[in-house]
Amino acid sequence: MSEISATDARPTLAVWKFASCDGCQLSLLDCEDELLALAGAVRIAHFTEMSRTSTDGPYDISLVEGSITTPDDAERIQQVRRDSRHLVTIGACATAGGIQGLRNFAAEGAYAGTVYAHPEYLKTLETSTPISDHVAVDYELHGCPIDRRQLLEVLLAFLAGRRPAVAGHSVCQECKGRSNVCVMVANATPCLGPVTRAGCGGLCPSVGRGCFGCFGPSQSANTISLADQLSRNGATGELVSRLFRTFNANAPVFRAESERQSARGDA
Amino acid sequence: MSLHDRSGLGPNLDVEDLVVIRPDQLNDLIARLGDLGYETKGPTIGDGAIVPGAVRGTSDLPVGARDAQSPGRYRLEYSDDGHLFEWAVGARSWKAEFFAPRERQWRAVIVDGTLRFTEPTKSARPLAIIGARPCEVAAISVLDEVLMNGACPDTGYDARREGLFVVVAECTAPGGTCFCASMGSGPSAGPGFDLALLELDDADGHRFVVRVGTARGAEVMAGVSSTSATDADVAARAQALDRSINRMHRHLQTEGLAALLARSMESPRWDQIAERCLSCGNCTLVCPTCFCSDFRDTTDVSGAVERTRTWSSCFDLDHSYLHGGPVRASTSSRYRQWMSHKLSTWWDQFDTSGCVGCGRCITWCPVGIDITEEAAAIRGDDEAARAVHVEEEAR
Ligand code: SF4
Ligand code: SF4
Ligand code: SF4
Repeated sequence: MSEISATDARPTLAVWKFASCDGCQLSLLDCEDELLALAGAVRIAHFTEMSRTSTDGPYDISLVEGSITTPDDAERIQQVRRDSRHLVTIGACATAGGIQGLRNFAAEGAYAGTVYAHPEYLKTLETSTPISDHVAVDYELHGCPIDRRQLLEVLLAFLAGRRPAVAGHSVCQECKGRSNVCVMVANATPCLGPVTRAGCGGLCPSVGRGCFGCFGPSQSANTISLADQLSRNGATGELVSRLFRTFNANAPVFRAESERQSARGDA
Repeated sequence: MSLHDRSGLGPNLDVEDLVVIRPDQLNDLIARLGDLGYETKGPTIGDGAIVPGAVRGTSDLPVGARDAQSPGRYRLEYSDDGHLFEWAVGARSWKAEFFAPRERQWRAVIVDGTLRFTEPTKSARPLAIIGARPCEVAAISVLDEVLMNGACPDTGYDARREGLFVVVAECTAPGGTCFCASMGSGPSAGPGFDLALLELDDADGHRFVVRVGTARGAEVMAGVSSTSATDADVAARAQALDRSINRMHRHLQTEGLAALLARSMESPRWDQIAERCLSCGNCTLVCPTCFCSDFRDTTDVSGAVERTRTWSSCFDLDHSYLHGGPVRASTSSRYRQWMSHKLSTWWDQFDTSGCVGCGRCITWCPVGIDITEEAAAIRGDDEAARAVHVEEEAR
């Protein structure tokens, strides 16, 4: 660990990893065109995907990726919070529990027993939970993975002291802004766009696929009505339940809908 | 040369004249518009629906297409009869041509301590739309009042709108969700077009009756050979339009509707709609007259500032965000805002209806919520409530 120079007035940035795939933090390195300018505006104090050099906190802004799945991580996040003036969670794992949140729906140890030869060596929690279940979070950036333009926008807004221009509305708004023909209306393709937060730019419907719900529930998601329509279009409760159980399975609104659909019992 | 042959006699055409052209001559008309410097666009087939696209000849149009539309459902089928306009409205309106989903307003940089603003350059090439529907032409006039002639003109709108040449295709095959006859915006074309086509295919063959709408339209037709419309053509055209009205099964009772909605703000129906409404905003985005937008200022790493306008929707929670939270926090209040603006307060604001009856909001609502059905239900509740009131008064 090295010391921050007393003359460097740039705000410090730290990037932390919990249970995750690293895809979201790599979005920062994906900001190729802006990365050098950004690195001039902030001092990157801790970011192991970029540099082994690490400086001690406190940090002005921490980006936190990943969910809490182990007792150790439940401790570690407390320290990250203490060391951070602003804490921003990035990605579906950190904001909702991630794909590993599927364990929350299964019997204890069911997945570990399938994946590992000796699950008894693991020291994990029964659940995968978002960072906000453990510490106060200042801002949540959704997506699996997050959109790098949105990440950049959050950092630029932080630097300028303004509100990030990040939408909370449905994917449909981006989808229509992109001039797509709705796959649900024109083809009865199950699409989670109407209940999913925008951010991807309507990527999947642009190639004829239904939205997978990567950005989690939109601000006013009416999953009950959408699920009813998917059923009218022929989907079973089992299928609708699976649609809601992906990267954001543990987000409360999606979770409730998948449980409601599983209970329909018409697989 | 037959008695009715008008080839070369174009300059003699007047507004309201009716002439007849064949498919080949429609092709010539499109080519002529291109030669005159217009960017020619029209309905095309894309992603299983009829959508605006580049049209350089009749083969780019939706040849043989038929649409089946119902609440929340749209399908295309094809016939080999070569008809070009036997479908109703497409998936997207022409709104995006004048009012892009996303448009930079300006960019500012600091040079030597002063702010320097730059605005995007505006497209100079005029647009010709071949095959817009009557309701779509009506919608363009509605938008004009808001975005061009209103209190807050849009910076990009008039540049694209100016010089627009409209060839409207009057409707002979209304869709399952159309109700333009109730709104007075179709199936025959009202004002706002340069040339109006009505497609016929009977014993006299596949042809288009062309009605001249403007002097500019007459000038363009001057370069295309045509024949005068015969009495039979005129009668067939009128019959086709009558048939079209009779085939339109969806209606909106507009009588007293603005006042009815204004006094129905507490109707229990709004909450019932909200149980189904996804608040997704699709209805507003496909609507040819919805104009709500969002203006955002962003900064970049170099310190430059940009203002961008994007389409927004009254269904977006952030759209009514004021200090402390959104004014319309519930879905019922947002649906109520949308519908009462379209059918009631638009009159107060712009002295027209905000709805032209194109039916897009019905077809393209993922859960098939139907504005005509909801208006009828609110009217029913209102009538029932008034009947009770009259009864109570009498007692
Ligand atoms: S394709 Fe999906 S995201 Fe796009 S408008 Fe339809 S429902 Fe919404
Ligand atoms: S409110 Fe619906 S029917 Fe009326 S113009 Fe808009 S999209 Fe068309
Ligand atoms: S009425 Fe339909 S299209 Fe409009 S916001 Fe509600 S669900 Fe979406």
